Amino acid sequence: MTDLVIIGGGPAGMSAAIAAYESGIRDILILERDSRLGGILGQCIHNGFGLHRFGEELTGPEYAWRYEEKVRAMNIPFKLGTMVLDINENKVITATNEDDGIFQIEAKAIILAMGCRERSKGALNIAGTRPAGIYSAGTAQKFVNIEGYMPGKNVVILGSGDIGLIMARRMTLEGAKVHAVCELMPYSGGLARNIEQCLNDFGIPLKLSHTVVEIHGKERLEGVTIAKVDENRRPIAETREYIPCDTLLLSVGLIPENELSKSAGVALDRVTSGAIVDQDRQTNIEGVYACGNVLHVHDLVDYVSEEAEIAGKSAAAYIKGEKCDAVSVDIKTDGRIRYTVPQKITQDKDISVYFRVSDVFRNVTVAVYKNGEKVFSKKRPKVAPGEMESIKLSKNIFAGASELEFRLEQN
Amino acid sequence: MKRELTCIICPIGCSLEVKIDNGEVKSVKGNTCPRGKKYAETECIAPMRTVTTTMKCDDGSVVPVKTDSPIPKEKVFELMKIINNSVTHLPISVGDVIIENVFGCNIVATKNM
Ligand code: SF4
Repeated sequence: MTDLVIIGGGPAGMSAAIAAYESGIRDILILERDSRLGGILGQCIHNGFGLHRFGEELTGPEYAWRYEEKVRAMNIPFKLGTMVLDINENKVITATNEDDGIFQIEAKAIILAMGCRERSKGALNIAGTRPAGIYSAGTAQKFVNIEGYMPGKNVVILGSGDIGLIMARRMTLEGAKVHAVCELMPYSGGLARNIEQCLNDFGIPLKLSHTVVEIHGKERLEGVTIAKVDENRRPIAETREYIPCDTLLLSVGLIPENELSKSAGVALDRVTSGAIVDQDRQTNIEGVYACGNVLHVHDLVDYVSEEAEIAGKSAAAYIKGEKCDAVSVDIKTDGRIRYTVPQKITQDKDISVYFRVSDVFRNVTVAVYKNGEKVFSKKRPKVAPGEMESIKLSKNIFAGASELEFRLEQN
Repeated sequence: MKRELTCIICPIGCSLEVKIDNGEVKSVKGNTCPRGKKYAETECIAPMRTVTTTMKCDDGSVVPVKTDSPIPKEKVFELMKIINNSVTHLPISVGDVIIENVFGCNIVATKNM
Protein backbone atom coordinates (compact mmCIF):
# COMPACT_ATOMS: atom_id res chain seq x y z
CA MET A 1 0.00 0.00 0.00
CA THR A 2 1.37 3.40 -1.04
CA ASP A 3 0.14 6.54 0.73
CA LEU A 4 -0.11 8.75 -2.33
CA VAL A 5 0.16 7.94 -6.02
CA ILE A 6 0.17 10.85 -8.47
CA ILE A 7 -0.72 10.16 -12.09
CA GLY A 8 1.26 12.57 -14.26
CA GLY A 9 4.62 14.28 -13.69
CA GLY A 10 3.88 17.62 -15.34
CA PRO A 11 3.52 20.91 -13.49
CA ALA A 12 0.35 19.76 -11.68
CA GLY A 13 1.73 16.39 -10.58
CA MET A 14 5.03 17.83 -9.38
CA SER A 15 3.40 20.71 -7.44
CA ALA A 16 0.96 18.30 -5.82
CA ALA A 17 3.79 15.97 -4.83
CA ILE A 18 5.84 18.79 -3.31
CA ALA A 19 2.82 20.12 -1.38
CA ALA A 20 2.02 16.65 -0.01
CA TYR A 21 5.67 16.19 0.99
CA GLU A 22 5.67 19.56 2.73
CA SER A 23 2.54 18.45 4.59
CA GLY A 24 4.45 15.51 6.02
CA ILE A 25 3.68 12.69 3.57
CA ARG A 26 6.77 10.69 2.57
CA ASP A 27 5.37 7.62 0.84
CA ILE A 28 4.67 9.23 -2.55
CA LEU A 29 5.02 7.88 -6.08
CA ILE A 30 4.69 9.87 -9.31
CA LEU A 31 3.86 7.89 -12.48
CA GLU A 32 4.83 9.66 -15.71
CA ARG A 33 4.16 8.44 -19.25
CA ASP A 34 6.94 10.45 -20.91
CA SER A 35 10.69 9.86 -20.61
CA ARG A 36 11.10 12.97 -18.45
CA LEU A 37 9.26 15.06 -15.90
CA GLY A 38 7.77 18.43 -16.86
CA GLY A 39 4.84 17.48 -19.08
CA ILE A 40 3.89 19.79 -21.91
CA LEU A 41 6.14 22.58 -20.54
CA GLY A 42 9.10 20.83 -22.19
CA GLN A 43 7.94 21.97 -25.61
CA CYS A 44 6.69 25.40 -24.50
CA ILE A 45 10.09 27.07 -24.94
CA HIS A 46 8.68 30.62 -25.01
CA ASN A 47 8.73 32.80 -21.91
CA GLY A 48 5.87 34.15 -19.85
CA PHE A 49 5.65 31.45 -17.21
CA GLY A 50 6.02 32.02 -13.49
CA LEU A 51 5.30 35.73 -13.12
CA HIS A 52 2.80 35.04 -10.33
CA ARG A 53 4.78 32.29 -8.66
CA PHE A 54 8.34 33.50 -8.94
CA GLY A 55 7.96 37.17 -9.88
CA GLU A 56 10.06 36.61 -13.00
CA GLU A 57 9.47 35.48 -16.53
CA LEU A 58 10.61 31.93 -17.18
CA THR A 59 10.39 29.70 -20.22
CA GLY A 60 8.37 26.48 -19.96
CA PRO A 61 11.38 24.18 -19.46
CA GLU A 62 12.80 26.54 -16.81
CA TYR A 63 9.50 26.63 -14.93
CA ALA A 64 9.33 22.84 -14.98
CA TRP A 65 12.93 22.59 -13.80
CA ARG A 66 12.20 24.71 -10.70
CA TYR A 67 9.76 22.00 -9.65
CA GLU A 68 11.78 19.04 -10.82
CA GLU A 69 14.75 20.29 -8.76
CA LYS A 70 12.54 20.27 -5.66
CA VAL A 71 11.12 16.83 -6.42
CA ARG A 72 14.68 15.52 -6.75
CA ALA A 73 15.92 17.35 -3.63
CA MET A 74 13.05 15.83 -1.63
CA ASN A 75 13.81 12.42 -3.10
CA ILE A 76 10.20 11.94 -4.11
CA PRO A 77 10.14 8.70 -6.13
CA PHE A 78 8.93 8.82 -9.72
CA LYS A 79 8.69 6.25 -12.50
CA LEU A 80 9.18 7.54 -16.05
CA GLY A 81 8.02 5.86 -19.25
CA THR A 82 5.17 4.45 -17.22
CA MET A 83 1.72 4.17 -18.68
CA VAL A 84 -1.23 3.84 -16.31
CA LEU A 85 -3.70 1.39 -17.83
CA ASP A 86 -6.44 1.42 -15.27
CA ILE A 87 -7.55 2.85 -11.94
CA ASN A 88 -10.38 1.06 -10.17
CA GLU A 89 -12.83 2.28 -7.54
CA ASN A 90 -10.73 0.65 -4.76
CA LYS A 91 -7.81 2.88 -5.72
CA VAL A 92 -5.81 0.05 -7.25
CA ILE A 93 -3.69 1.32 -10.13
CA THR A 94 -2.55 -0.93 -12.97
CA ALA A 95 0.43 0.40 -14.89
CA THR A 96 3.15 -0.79 -17.22
CA ASN A 97 6.72 0.10 -18.14
CA GLU A 98 9.75 -1.62 -19.64
CA ASP A 99 11.46 -2.46 -16.34
CA ASP A 100 8.53 -3.61 -14.24
CA GLY A 101 6.23 -5.04 -16.90
CA ILE A 102 2.62 -4.81 -15.81
CA PHE A 103 2.24 -4.01 -12.12
CA GLN A 104 -0.38 -2.97 -9.59
CA ILE A 105 -0.22 -0.46 -6.75
CA GLU A 106 -2.84 0.08 -4.09
CA ALA A 107 -3.00 3.70 -2.94
CA LYS A 108 -4.53 5.38 0.09
CA ALA A 109 -4.98 8.50 -2.02
CA ILE A 110 -4.62 9.24 -5.73
CA ILE A 111 -4.10 12.58 -7.42
CA LEU A 112 -5.12 12.71 -11.08
CA ALA A 113 -2.79 15.10 -12.94
CA MET A 114 -2.80 13.77 -16.51
CA GLY A 115 -3.23 17.13 -18.20
CA CYS A 116 -5.12 17.72 -21.42
CA ARG A 117 -4.86 17.09 -25.13
CA GLU A 118 -5.72 19.11 -28.19
CA ARG A 119 -9.15 18.99 -29.70
CA SER A 120 -9.03 17.62 -33.21
CA LYS A 121 -12.65 18.34 -34.05
CA GLY A 122 -11.90 21.44 -36.14
CA ALA A 123 -10.24 19.36 -38.84
CA LEU A 124 -13.14 17.05 -39.45
CA ASN A 125 -15.86 19.35 -40.72
CA ILE A 126 -13.83 21.25 -43.33
CA ALA A 127 -14.63 20.40 -46.97
CA GLY A 128 -12.02 19.27 -49.49
CA THR A 129 -9.13 16.83 -49.50
CA ARG A 130 -6.94 15.47 -46.68
CA PRO A 131 -3.37 15.99 -47.88
CA ALA A 132 -0.22 16.00 -45.75
CA GLY A 133 0.63 19.29 -44.07
CA ILE A 134 -2.24 19.58 -41.59
CA TYR A 135 -1.15 19.47 -37.96
CA SER A 136 -2.46 20.45 -34.58
CA ALA A 137 -0.54 23.46 -33.28
CA GLY A 138 0.83 21.38 -30.40
CA THR A 139 2.16 18.69 -32.73
CA ALA A 140 3.89 21.34 -34.82
CA GLN A 141 5.30 22.82 -31.62
CA LYS A 142 6.78 19.45 -30.72
CA PHE A 143 8.28 19.06 -34.21
CA VAL A 144 9.94 22.47 -34.13
CA ASN A 145 10.97 22.76 -30.48
CA ILE A 146 11.84 19.16 -29.56
CA GLU A 147 12.73 17.46 -32.86
CA GLY A 148 14.14 20.57 -34.53
CA TYR A 149 12.15 20.01 -37.70
CA MET A 150 10.06 22.61 -39.55
CA PRO A 151 6.73 21.24 -40.81
CA GLY A 152 6.40 23.80 -43.64
CA LYS A 153 7.15 27.23 -45.10
CA ASN A 154 3.81 28.82 -45.89
CA VAL A 155 1.38 28.60 -43.03
CA VAL A 156 -2.26 29.32 -42.22
CA ILE A 157 -3.42 28.88 -38.64
CA LEU A 158 -7.02 28.10 -37.70
CA GLY A 159 -7.88 29.14 -34.16
CA SER A 160 -6.36 31.94 -32.13
CA GLY A 161 -5.81 30.17 -28.83
CA ASP A 162 -2.46 30.84 -27.20
CA ILE A 163 -0.71 27.83 -28.75
CA GLY A 164 -1.75 28.98 -32.22
CA LEU A 165 -0.45 32.50 -31.57
CA ILE A 166 2.80 31.25 -30.06
CA MET A 167 3.33 28.96 -33.07
CA ALA A 168 2.67 31.84 -35.49
CA ARG A 169 5.67 33.63 -33.99
CA ARG A 170 7.77 30.50 -33.68
CA MET A 171 7.32 29.52 -37.35
CA THR A 172 7.98 33.12 -38.43
CA LEU A 173 11.22 33.27 -36.44
CA GLU A 174 12.34 30.06 -38.15
CA GLY A 175 11.77 31.59 -41.58
CA ALA A 176 8.22 30.53 -42.47
CA LYS A 177 5.60 32.95 -43.75
CA VAL A 178 2.40 32.87 -41.70
CA HIS A 179 -0.30 34.25 -43.99
CA ALA A 180 -3.17 34.49 -41.54
CA VAL A 181 -4.60 33.37 -38.23
CA CYS A 182 -8.34 32.70 -38.66
CA GLU A 183 -10.64 32.80 -35.65
CA LEU A 184 -14.24 31.64 -35.90
CA MET A 185 -15.35 33.77 -32.97
CA PRO A 186 -15.48 37.59 -33.07
CA TYR A 187 -12.78 37.65 -30.37
CA SER A 188 -9.54 35.79 -29.81
CA GLY A 189 -9.27 33.07 -27.20
CA GLY A 190 -5.63 33.99 -26.63
CA LEU A 191 -4.02 36.54 -24.33
CA ALA A 192 -3.86 40.14 -25.58
CA ARG A 193 -0.09 40.17 -25.06
CA ASN A 194 0.27 37.20 -27.40
CA ILE A 195 -1.73 38.91 -30.14
CA GLU A 196 0.62 41.87 -29.74
CA GLN A 197 3.98 40.11 -29.55
CA CYS A 198 3.25 37.04 -31.71
CA LEU A 199 1.11 38.55 -34.50
CA ASN A 200 1.36 42.35 -34.56
CA ASP A 201 5.15 42.29 -34.16
CA PHE A 202 5.40 40.41 -37.45
CA GLY A 203 2.43 41.91 -39.27
CA ILE A 204 0.51 38.63 -39.24
CA PRO A 205 -3.20 39.32 -39.85
CA LEU A 206 -5.69 38.06 -37.25
CA LYS A 207 -8.93 37.42 -39.11
CA LEU A 208 -11.73 37.37 -36.55
CA SER A 209 -15.08 35.78 -37.53
CA HIS A 210 -13.25 33.81 -40.23
CA THR A 211 -12.81 30.12 -40.78
CA VAL A 212 -11.24 27.67 -43.20
CA VAL A 213 -13.98 26.34 -45.48
CA GLU A 214 -12.01 24.20 -47.91
CA ILE A 215 -8.71 22.35 -48.04
CA HIS A 216 -6.90 21.94 -51.38
CA GLY A 217 -4.10 19.64 -52.53
CA LYS A 218 -3.59 15.97 -53.37
CA GLU A 219 -0.46 14.62 -51.68
CA ARG A 220 0.66 17.81 -49.98
CA LEU A 221 -1.48 20.75 -48.92
CA GLU A 222 -1.55 23.39 -51.68
CA GLY A 223 -3.87 25.97 -50.21
CA VAL A 224 -6.95 26.70 -48.17
CA THR A 225 -10.08 28.71 -48.83
CA ILE A 226 -11.11 30.91 -45.96
CA ALA A 227 -14.32 32.89 -45.52
CA LYS A 228 -15.91 35.33 -43.13
CA VAL A 229 -18.76 33.94 -41.01
CA ASP A 230 -22.08 35.57 -40.07
CA GLU A 231 -23.51 35.91 -36.52
CA ASN A 232 -24.57 32.28 -36.67
CA ARG A 233 -21.03 31.28 -37.60
CA ARG A 234 -22.07 30.27 -41.11
CA PRO A 235 -19.57 31.10 -43.87
CA ILE A 236 -20.57 33.95 -46.20
CA ALA A 237 -20.01 32.72 -49.78
CA GLU A 238 -19.04 36.11 -51.29
CA THR A 239 -16.15 36.45 -48.84
CA ARG A 240 -14.34 33.27 -49.90
CA GLU A 241 -10.63 33.85 -50.38
CA TYR A 242 -7.96 31.38 -51.53
CA ILE A 243 -4.62 31.36 -49.72
CA PRO A 244 -1.80 29.19 -51.14
CA CYS A 245 0.00 27.38 -48.28
CA ASP A 246 1.75 24.10 -47.51
CA THR A 247 0.86 23.94 -43.82
CA LEU A 248 -2.37 24.33 -41.87
CA LEU A 249 -2.12 24.42 -38.09
CA LEU A 250 -5.20 23.79 -35.98
CA SER A 251 -5.41 25.49 -32.63
CA VAL A 252 -9.01 24.85 -31.76
CA GLY A 253 -8.83 24.24 -28.05
CA LEU A 254 -7.79 21.78 -25.40
CA ILE A 255 -9.75 19.12 -23.60
CA PRO A 256 -8.95 17.39 -20.27
CA GLU A 257 -7.72 13.84 -20.76
CA ASN A 258 -10.04 11.83 -18.51
CA GLU A 259 -10.20 8.28 -19.86
CA LEU A 260 -8.56 6.96 -16.68
CA SER A 261 -10.80 9.01 -14.41
CA LYS A 262 -13.84 7.52 -16.13
CA SER A 263 -12.63 3.98 -15.58
CA ALA A 264 -12.21 4.80 -11.88
CA GLY A 265 -15.83 5.97 -11.74
CA VAL A 266 -15.03 9.66 -11.31
CA ALA A 267 -18.06 11.84 -12.13
CA LEU A 268 -17.30 14.43 -14.81
CA ASP A 269 -18.63 17.94 -15.41
CA ARG A 270 -20.14 18.30 -18.89
CA VAL A 271 -18.89 21.84 -19.30
CA THR A 272 -15.26 21.41 -18.18
CA SER A 273 -14.89 17.76 -19.30
CA GLY A 274 -13.02 17.38 -16.03
CA ALA A 275 -14.01 15.91 -12.68
CA ILE A 276 -16.63 17.46 -10.43
CA VAL A 277 -14.65 18.43 -7.34
CA ASP A 278 -15.02 20.07 -3.96
CA GLN A 279 -12.86 22.85 -2.49
CA ASP A 280 -10.07 20.32 -1.81
CA ARG A 281 -10.16 19.16 -5.46
CA GLN A 282 -11.52 15.83 -4.22
CA THR A 283 -13.70 14.02 -6.75
CA ASN A 284 -16.84 12.03 -5.96
CA ILE A 285 -14.55 9.17 -4.90
CA GLU A 286 -13.11 9.66 -1.43
CA GLY A 287 -9.34 9.96 -1.56
CA VAL A 288 -9.21 10.61 -5.32
CA TYR A 289 -8.24 14.16 -6.27
CA ALA A 290 -7.80 15.99 -9.59
CA CYS A 291 -5.83 19.12 -10.43
CA GLY A 292 -4.32 21.01 -13.34
CA ASN A 293 -5.50 20.70 -16.92
CA VAL A 294 -7.11 17.32 -16.33
CA LEU A 295 -9.58 19.13 -14.10
CA HIS A 296 -10.20 22.15 -16.33
CA VAL A 297 -8.04 23.85 -18.92
CA HIS A 298 -5.99 26.70 -17.41
CA ASP A 299 -4.48 29.65 -19.25
CA LEU A 300 -1.56 30.10 -16.86
CA VAL A 301 0.64 27.37 -15.43
CA ASP A 302 0.99 29.47 -12.28
CA TYR A 303 -2.66 28.69 -11.53
CA VAL A 304 -2.07 25.01 -12.26
CA SER A 305 0.63 24.94 -9.60
CA GLU A 306 -1.63 26.77 -7.15
CA GLU A 307 -4.47 24.33 -7.71
CA ALA A 308 -2.18 21.32 -7.48
CA GLU A 309 -0.92 22.54 -4.11
CA ILE A 310 -4.49 22.54 -2.83
CA ALA A 311 -4.91 18.96 -4.04
CA GLY A 312 -1.55 17.88 -2.58
CA LYS A 313 -2.24 19.41 0.83
CA SER A 314 -5.77 18.04 0.92
CA ALA A 315 -4.64 14.53 -0.01
CA ALA A 316 -2.07 14.73 2.79
CA ALA A 317 -4.79 15.78 5.27
CA TYR A 318 -6.96 12.90 4.07
CA ILE A 319 -4.14 10.39 4.51
CA LYS A 320 -3.52 11.72 8.02
CA GLY A 321 -7.26 11.66 8.81
CA GLU A 322 -7.62 15.43 9.37
CA LYS A 323 -11.02 16.98 8.62
CA CYS A 324 -13.09 20.13 9.08
CA ASP A 325 -16.84 20.08 9.82
CA ALA A 326 -18.84 18.76 6.90
CA VAL A 327 -21.20 20.90 4.84
CA SER A 328 -22.92 20.19 1.54
CA VAL A 329 -23.27 23.12 -0.84
CA ASP A 330 -23.71 22.86 -4.61
CA ILE A 331 -22.51 25.76 -6.74
CA LYS A 332 -24.79 26.60 -9.67
CA THR A 333 -24.10 29.02 -12.51
CA ASP A 334 -26.28 31.17 -14.77
CA GLY A 335 -24.77 30.22 -18.14
CA ARG A 336 -23.02 33.58 -18.55
CA ILE A 337 -20.69 32.10 -15.99
CA ARG A 338 -19.99 28.83 -17.76
CA TYR A 339 -18.57 26.84 -14.90
CA THR A 340 -16.94 27.06 -11.52
CA VAL A 341 -14.21 25.00 -9.91
CA PRO A 342 -14.95 23.74 -7.32
CA GLN A 343 -18.50 22.76 -8.19
CA LYS A 344 -19.37 21.87 -4.59
CA ILE A 345 -18.31 22.70 -1.05
CA THR A 346 -18.05 19.87 1.46
CA GLN A 347 -16.06 21.38 4.32
CA ASP A 348 -16.64 24.43 6.46
CA LYS A 349 -13.66 26.62 5.57
CA ASP A 350 -12.77 29.73 3.53
CA ILE A 351 -12.33 28.91 -0.15
CA SER A 352 -11.44 30.36 -3.56
CA VAL A 353 -13.72 29.73 -6.50
CA TYR A 354 -12.37 29.85 -10.05
CA PHE A 355 -14.65 30.35 -13.02
CA ARG A 356 -14.91 31.17 -16.70
CA VAL A 357 -17.46 33.28 -18.57
CA SER A 358 -19.18 32.38 -21.86
CA ASP A 359 -18.53 35.59 -23.82
CA VAL A 360 -16.77 38.95 -23.60
CA PHE A 361 -18.71 41.17 -21.15
CA ARG A 362 -17.93 44.73 -20.03
CA ASN A 363 -18.92 46.49 -16.79
CA VAL A 364 -20.29 43.50 -14.97
CA THR A 365 -20.70 42.32 -11.41
CA VAL A 366 -19.97 38.80 -10.30
CA ALA A 367 -22.76 38.09 -7.83
CA VAL A 368 -23.27 35.16 -5.49
CA TYR A 369 -26.79 34.35 -4.30
CA LYS A 370 -27.82 32.24 -1.32
CA ASN A 371 -31.53 31.36 -1.12
CA GLY A 372 -32.34 34.17 -3.57
CA GLU A 373 -30.38 36.76 -1.60
CA LYS A 374 -27.22 38.40 -2.86
CA VAL A 375 -24.44 37.61 -0.40
CA PHE A 376 -21.36 38.62 -2.36
CA SER A 377 -20.51 40.87 -5.29
CA LYS A 378 -17.41 41.96 -7.14
CA LYS A 379 -17.27 44.47 -10.02
CA ARG A 380 -15.19 43.72 -13.11
CA PRO A 381 -14.57 46.22 -15.96
CA LYS A 382 -14.12 43.38 -18.48
CA VAL A 383 -14.29 39.60 -18.46
CA ALA A 384 -13.46 37.25 -21.35
CA PRO A 385 -13.72 33.49 -21.96
CA GLY A 386 -9.96 33.24 -22.39
CA GLU A 387 -9.20 34.55 -18.93
CA MET A 388 -10.00 32.59 -15.80
CA GLU A 389 -11.48 34.64 -12.96
CA SER A 390 -11.50 33.91 -9.26
CA ILE A 391 -13.13 35.13 -6.05
CA LYS A 392 -12.49 34.34 -2.40
CA LEU A 393 -15.46 33.30 -0.27
CA SER A 394 -15.29 33.26 3.50
CA LYS A 395 -17.16 30.40 5.11
CA ASN A 396 -19.85 32.59 6.67
CA ILE A 397 -21.09 33.38 3.14
CA PHE A 398 -22.31 29.84 2.56
CA ALA A 399 -23.19 29.03 6.19
CA GLY A 400 -26.47 27.15 6.32
CA ALA A 401 -26.85 27.00 2.51
CA SER A 402 -27.36 23.93 0.37
CA GLU A 403 -26.83 25.86 -2.84
CA LEU A 404 -25.00 28.98 -4.04
CA GLU A 405 -25.74 30.54 -7.41
CA PHE A 406 -23.09 32.46 -9.35
CA ARG A 407 -24.48 35.10 -11.71
CA LEU A 408 -22.90 37.65 -13.98
CA GLU A 409 -24.93 40.88 -13.85
CA GLN A 410 -24.72 43.93 -16.10
CA ASN A 411 -23.92 47.13 -14.18
CA MET B 1 0.69 62.14 -31.36
CA LYS B 2 -1.27 59.37 -29.66
CA ARG B 3 -0.42 55.69 -29.82
CA GLU B 4 -2.37 52.70 -28.53
CA LEU B 5 -0.40 49.73 -27.23
CA THR B 6 -1.01 46.44 -25.48
CA CYS B 7 1.40 45.95 -22.61
CA ILE B 8 3.20 42.62 -23.08
CA ILE B 9 4.99 42.57 -19.74
CA CYS B 10 2.48 40.32 -17.96
CA PRO B 11 -0.55 38.18 -18.91
CA ILE B 12 -3.05 40.87 -17.91
CA GLY B 13 -2.19 42.73 -21.14
CA CYS B 14 -3.40 46.23 -20.24
CA SER B 15 -4.40 48.56 -23.09
CA LEU B 16 -2.14 51.59 -22.97
CA GLU B 17 -2.67 55.02 -24.43
CA VAL B 18 0.58 56.88 -24.99
CA LYS B 19 1.05 60.56 -25.82
CA ILE B 20 4.23 61.25 -27.78
CA ASP B 21 5.65 64.68 -28.66
CA ASN B 22 8.89 65.22 -30.59
CA GLY B 23 9.95 61.62 -30.09
CA GLU B 24 9.41 61.84 -26.33
CA VAL B 25 6.76 60.03 -24.28
CA LYS B 26 4.71 62.69 -22.49
CA SER B 27 2.12 60.53 -20.75
CA VAL B 28 0.95 56.91 -20.41
CA LYS B 29 -2.63 55.95 -19.49
CA GLY B 30 -4.23 52.55 -18.87
CA ASN B 31 -1.37 50.79 -17.12
CA THR B 32 -2.25 49.07 -13.84
CA CYS B 33 1.33 48.98 -12.63
CA PRO B 34 4.56 50.95 -13.11
CA ARG B 35 6.05 48.29 -15.39
CA GLY B 36 3.42 49.21 -17.98
CA LYS B 37 4.60 52.80 -18.05
CA LYS B 38 8.20 51.72 -18.48
CA TYR B 39 7.17 49.33 -21.26
CA ALA B 40 5.31 52.11 -23.11
CA GLU B 41 8.32 54.39 -22.87
CA THR B 42 10.79 51.91 -24.36
CA GLU B 43 8.24 50.53 -26.85
CA CYS B 44 7.66 53.97 -28.38
CA ILE B 45 11.32 54.98 -28.50
CA ALA B 46 13.38 51.78 -28.89
CA PRO B 47 11.31 48.57 -28.65
CA MET B 48 13.00 45.54 -27.06
CA ARG B 49 12.12 41.83 -27.18
CA THR B 50 13.24 38.69 -25.40
CA VAL B 51 13.92 35.95 -27.96
CA THR B 52 13.28 32.27 -27.26
CA THR B 53 14.27 29.64 -29.82
CA THR B 54 16.26 26.42 -30.17
CA MET B 55 19.89 25.75 -31.10
CA LYS B 56 21.41 22.69 -32.74
CA CYS B 57 23.43 20.35 -30.52
CA ASP B 58 26.44 18.27 -31.60
CA ASP B 59 24.39 15.04 -31.28
CA GLY B 60 21.72 16.24 -33.74
CA SER B 61 19.12 17.19 -31.14
CA VAL B 62 18.06 20.77 -30.34
CA VAL B 63 18.23 22.63 -27.02
CA PRO B 64 15.85 25.48 -26.12
CA VAL B 65 17.63 28.79 -25.52
CA LYS B 66 16.75 32.40 -24.72
CA THR B 67 18.31 35.84 -24.58
CA ASP B 68 18.97 36.56 -20.89
CA SER B 69 17.69 40.11 -21.40
CA PRO B 70 15.62 41.79 -24.14
CA ILE B 71 17.41 42.88 -27.33
CA PRO B 72 16.43 45.64 -29.81
CA LYS B 73 13.39 44.43 -31.73
CA GLU B 74 14.95 45.15 -35.14
CA LYS B 75 17.84 42.76 -34.31
CA VAL B 76 15.59 39.73 -33.71
CA PHE B 77 16.02 38.15 -37.16
CA GLU B 78 19.75 38.88 -37.21
CA LEU B 79 20.04 37.09 -33.87
CA MET B 80 18.01 34.16 -35.22
CA LYS B 81 20.57 33.81 -38.04
CA ILE B 82 23.47 33.76 -35.58
CA ILE B 83 21.78 31.13 -33.42
CA ASN B 84 20.76 28.98 -36.39
CA ASN B 85 24.37 29.01 -37.64
CA SER B 86 25.70 27.81 -34.25
CA VAL B 87 26.04 24.36 -32.76
CA THR B 88 26.43 23.73 -29.04
CA HIS B 89 28.06 20.84 -27.19
CA LEU B 90 26.27 18.53 -24.79
CA PRO B 91 25.79 18.06 -21.88
CA ILE B 92 24.31 21.41 -21.03
CA SER B 93 22.42 22.77 -18.00
CA VAL B 94 19.72 25.37 -17.45
CA GLY B 95 21.36 28.80 -17.35
CA ASP B 96 24.61 27.85 -19.13
CA VAL B 97 25.80 30.68 -21.38
CA ILE B 98 26.19 29.38 -24.95
CA ILE B 99 26.94 32.63 -26.81
CA GLU B 100 28.29 35.63 -24.93
CA ASN B 101 27.42 39.26 -25.54
CA VAL B 102 25.38 39.47 -28.75
CA PHE B 103 23.32 42.67 -29.09
CA GLY B 104 23.95 43.29 -25.41
CA CYS B 105 22.73 39.95 -24.09
CA ASN B 106 23.88 36.37 -23.59
CA ILE B 107 22.26 33.31 -25.16
CA VAL B 108 21.56 30.82 -22.37
CA ALA B 109 20.22 27.27 -22.31
CA THR B 110 16.78 26.79 -20.75
CA LYS B 111 16.81 23.01 -20.41
CA ASN B 112 19.15 20.30 -19.10
CA MET B 113 20.23 18.04 -21.96
S1 SF4 C 1 0.72 47.50 -17.06
FE1 SF4 C 1 1.45 46.15 -15.45
S2 SF4 C 1 -0.38 44.91 -15.00
FE2 SF4 C 1 -0.77 45.86 -16.99
S3 SF4 C 1 -0.03 44.32 -18.48
FE3 SF4 C 1 1.68 45.75 -18.08
S4 SF4 C 1 2.84 44.73 -16.48
FE4 SF4 C 1 0.84 43.75 -16.50
